[in-house]
Amino acid sequence: MELSLFYLSALIAVASTLMVVIQLNAVHALLYLIVSLLASGFIFYLLGAYFAAVLEVIIYAGAIMVLFVFVVMMLNLGQKTLAQEKSWFYPGIWRGPVLLSSLLLAELIYVVAQAPRVDFGQVVDSKTVGIALFGPYLLMVEAASMLLLAGLVGAYHLGRPLKEKSSS
Amino acid sequence: MTQVPMQHALALAAVLFSLGLAGLLVRRNLIMMLMSVEIMLNAAGLAFIAAGSRWGQADGQIMFLLILTLAAAEIGVGLGLVLLVYRRFQTLDADRLNGMQG
Repeated sequence: MELSLFYLSALIAVASTLMVVIQLNAVHALLYLIVSLLASGFIFYLLGAYFAAVLEVIIYAGAIMVLFVFVVMMLNLGQKTLAQEKSWFYPGIWRGPVLLSSLLLAELIYVVAQAPRVDFGQVVDSKTVGIALFGPYLLMVEAASMLLLAGLVGAYHLGRPLKEKSSS
Repeated sequence: MTQVPMQHALALAAVLFSLGLAGLLVRRNLIMMLMSVEIMLNAAGLAFIAAGSRWGQADGQIMFLLILTLAAAEIGVGLGLVLLVYRRFQTLDADRLNGMQG
């Protein structure tokens, strides 16, 4: 039963990711991406990574997607961009990239299929994760906070008004 | 918990990663390219979670947390750059951005 849940959510994730790639309208693609991330979150839950599943929903499907929606709204992409996208997405442009990616996928699947079959699914609860996070990985947590600070400062620097820059 | 074959979880991560890669190569809209990068990062996180669940170790989830942090910082700076590009060139076409001004 739970195995079929895994396959169902995997199917949803793959289908919605495919729709993200081929969707012309940016907002529709974003909504499909949210569905894909929620399906991945459910897969994390099924694999026993509860903490990661919660973070996937809160940060990926919540915060990062809200950022995307805000930027799409600020850029005010309307019918004009839809026609533009349609002209960019003519048949034939996808042949090379799809060929290369499917070759890569075939290689990956081949390598993965070589390994002996192992059934798994051990629960790693958030207590263990927290203890590891603030024990051996403490320095990495600090480095991640530095990275977030750098991202914040960089985003602020890029987002300030252009006029100020040209006058100075 | 569910007993999932290891290969199938890794194969799912591989499929999602390839889809993201194909999207990154095919699309010309900068926002779509950023979305494809997100898909690829998420697929890498899925592989880490599967490995962590396979051996019952917390390291997989910690790596996923770091990928999440990286994705958040990357998307903040990336969307700032997209806004800047749109303000300067009035377009999101990645192919139009082929000139540099000293």
